[in-house]
Amino acid sequence: MGSIGISAVRKEAKDKVAGRLKYLNDYNSPDLLYGALKTSTFAHGRIKSIDISEALKMPGVRAVLTGKDLPYRFGIYLGDKPPLAIEKVRYYGEPVAAVVADSQREADEAVEAIKVEYEALEVINSPTEALADSAVLIHENMDEYPHIDAIRPEPGSNIANRTKIRKGNIKEGFEKSHVIVEETFSFPPSDHVAMETRAAVAEILGDGRIVIHSTTQAPFVVKNLMGAYFGVDPGKVTVIAHAIGGGYGGKAGMQLEGLVYLLSKAVGGKKVKLVNTREQDMITSPGHIGLEAKARIGASKEGELMAAELLFMFDSGAYADYAVNISRAAAIGCTGPYRVPNVWCDSLCVYTNHPFATAYRGFGHIELAFVIERTMDILADKLNMDSMELRMKNAICKGDTTPTQSLLDSNTGDLKACIKRTAEMIGWQEGSRVVTEDGKIRAKGFGCLWKAPAMPTNTDAGAIITFNEDGSINVHCGVVEIGQGIKTGFAQIAAEKFGIDVEQVHVIMDVNTSISPHDWATAASRGLMMGGRAILSACEDAISQIKHTASQVLRCPEEDLHVWGGRVFIKEEEHIGLLVKDVALGYVYPDGNAIGGQVIGRGKYISRRLTGIDPDTGKGNPALEWTLGAQAVELELDPTDCSYRIIKAACTMDVGKLINPAMARGQIAGGMAMALSFARQEGFEFNDRGHVINRDLRSYKTLRIGDAPEYLVDYVETPQGDGPYGARGLGEQGVIGIPGALANALSRALGVPFNHLPLTPESLWKKRRDNR
Amino acid sequence: MKSYKDYTQLILKINGQIRKVIVSPNDTLLHVLREKLGLTGAKPGCENGDCGACTVLMDGKPVKSCIILAVEAEGHEITTIEGLKDTPIQRAFVEESAFQCGYCTPGFIMNCHAMLNTIPDADYDTIKEWLSSNICRCTGYEEIKKAVKKAQKIAGGL
Ligand code: FES
Ligand code: FES
Repeated sequence: MGSIGISAVRKEAKDKVAGRLKYLNDYNSPDLLYGALKTSTFAHGRIKSIDISEALKMPGVRAVLTGKDLPYRFGIYLGDKPPLAIEKVRYYGEPVAAVVADSQREADEAVEAIKVEYEALEVINSPTEALADSAVLIHENMDEYPHIDAIRPEPGSNIANRTKIRKGNIKEGFEKSHVIVEETFSFPPSDHVAMETRAAVAEILGDGRIVIHSTTQAPFVVKNLMGAYFGVDPGKVTVIAHAIGGGYGGKAGMQLEGLVYLLSKAVGGKKVKLVNTREQDMITSPGHIGLEAKARIGASKEGELMAAELLFMFDSGAYADYAVNISRAAAIGCTGPYRVPNVWCDSLCVYTNHPFATAYRGFGHIELAFVIERTMDILADKLNMDSMELRMKNAICKGDTTPTQSLLDSNTGDLKACIKRTAEMIGWQEGSRVVTEDGKIRAKGFGCLWKAPAMPTNTDAGAIITFNEDGSINVHCGVVEIGQGIKTGFAQIAAEKFGIDVEQVHVIMDVNTSISPHDWATAASRGLMMGGRAILSACEDAISQIKHTASQVLRCPEEDLHVWGGRVFIKEEEHIGLLVKDVALGYVYPDGNAIGGQVIGRGKYISRRLTGIDPDTGKGNPALEWTLGAQAVELELDPTDCSYRIIKAACTMDVGKLINPAMARGQIAGGMAMALSFARQEGFEFNDRGHVINRDLRSYKTLRIGDAPEYLVDYVETPQGDGPYGARGLGEQGVIGIPGALANALSRALGVPFNHLPLTPESLWKKRRDNR
Repeated sequence: MKSYKDYTQLILKINGQIRKVIVSPNDTLLHVLREKLGLTGAKPGCENGDCGACTVLMDGKPVKSCIILAVEAEGHEITTIEGLKDTPIQRAFVEESAFQCGYCTPGFIMNCHAMLNTIPDADYDTIKEWLSSNICRCTGYEEIKKAVKKAQKIAGGL
């Protein structure tokens, strides 16, 4: 039969093309009340007054709240963010007041009637400004904020976290280097632009139970934090996540849920819905982190990397959210997938007066890879070496150590094979810069990738399997369907284990924290690996229960039985057996006696042998697995105006084992498209007052169909020994090497180093002009 | 010209059915479809005409229902994704895995459907022009292009 390695159609495909799959905002009922937010028009300002008197008189209004009413501070790692601004605002678009009304229109109209007066404070528009000695403090009381141990805030500064890596001896490393390159890099904050904006609904039931529906990738995180923030017994909080209209990390934290709960509380526990407008989704809710970085890398004459000194200054915006952990993840993987014996890295998460940042596809790795991959090309030029060869020479492999000094074991992917294959696909040998007959420049650029999940050491997953009367299976797991197709992947894994058709496996789409087995979060590209392991263990548990019951009927030892293709039978005498359907809900003898009862398969997985990292050196074992890969871009540029067209984007990834080729390709090509869009044309534009100018989809332009290149995708399959059927994560990785590859291709095309994103034709043109 | 003041009853023809609904003159068609008629297939993505998630057909032509007023739809034939049943483009979307999260899908399908009816043999440039009004953030558009090609074949009886 074989259910692994086939492109099984998504379980929810028919509903999606019929417009019948319901997303959170598609659920409406007459008892709903609606929330709306008043947001800040200052990027940094003291709130002098908020006048809600007019708003309160407006028709349909049930409640108006301001920061004064809500003395809380939230934060997934560092508790720095009030649900509504208290005393001051720290970014343009920050919520300062909220209204609950009978309809969305009435809520919106009441928001317009709220009057806020601010006194402008100095605006910090970049990490460099934030780190200046004279910089104003964005969080004056940082020392009072609670935080987890892994995060190291520096009160009295604008640094929310500093993660250090000290490996080998950096001084010696540079002394031994023949060639040293040093460069600076940057890109502004940007946005995920999930097509579904964030939404949440909360109600408080008569017995105090809280029910939250949310567009969340992390229902269990929300449940846990709701309990922690509000002192509510976690068993009294239910969080329900429906299918989500795109996440990319942007829905992985705690976002609207806390506020919407407080709104519900303000109206006696009635059901309140809060939905972001597109503009709010872009700037009020968190987006993609910005970065300023310095890299100094040394190599021997032969191009062997000797030392890397890296300073990452992440632009966290006004609050820390996931950004503190992104800066940590970037430190852990700081060198990219290369063998570097001597490493010094300080990775800082810096507050600014920009919209704040949360998880974004690639989580620290797309950011660090841009820095590293550009530096590799600059180094190759200086060494007079082919940039692909330089990568090949230094590609990390089994037996090497990572920046945190942890040893890469036999589960490590084959980066060299990936580089080789990508070079073939993109036609690297045919030349990386060619001038065409009509005067256009065709250029290619390379970029490698690696990524490990950044997650707690005890990250877990669980699965439950039950049976129907026809022997078909129901699989229940707490990973959220965000478009990655995880439910279908799980069905394939279960089908393979039972030797049945994927059609015979049913999945439960929604996740409900009161019913679903615990799952850390749908993030870090660990759903397939960890959830998959849990599904396998649930299958094994179910199989042993089936065998137990069957062994009594068939009068044979359990060990002699095999479950496959809807039957349980004696291995050597296949004709002696029973149908699974006759056993899975209890076996009934001809005389009516029943035994065994129903089979409920329980499965779980918890990450193994992970540790934190040493605060002074970064030494430790924080990475569950590393996915490795190599990417390349080919483009055609018109040197007269620097406009360009991306022709091809290529990726070879060591995925361990391909579970569903169509979905894997979709993830990887989709990731490349997202990264091309980011690197080429996305990024918030700020005026000197810290206002975001491009906060709608008309002025903030994402990739459209006509800009899409041809995608070349291939795989290497070095099994992940502890992954399900050898598989490892691949959902985020497609983005990682692309910004570097694009910048490398453009730098090669024009002979000018491009180290700052986005790479719009205008910015290329200006840079070329300045360079002349 | 008919003028509308305050809440008014409209008679809309949607997916071949007559639907009566009370609207405010400044309610968008998207709002009325979703909140008053329970037709939630059309999605809000920007409510500013930029993303195409809300696309429906008005007399067979794709329109962004977030920038059309419900009152403007009176007297026209409206088709939403709920009105399509197993069309070539829907089948092709499934077969080519032309979506991930699916949020952009109804809008894309409506636009593709209208294009295929209007220009059955649309070439790549035409496809690009029509579909540039829709954003998909999950896919790299590759599978959507393939689905259009496949739907052309299915519709052509190939
Ligand atoms: S919601 Fe209508 S175009 Fe975006
Ligand atoms: S499938 Fe998610 S936006 Fe298109």
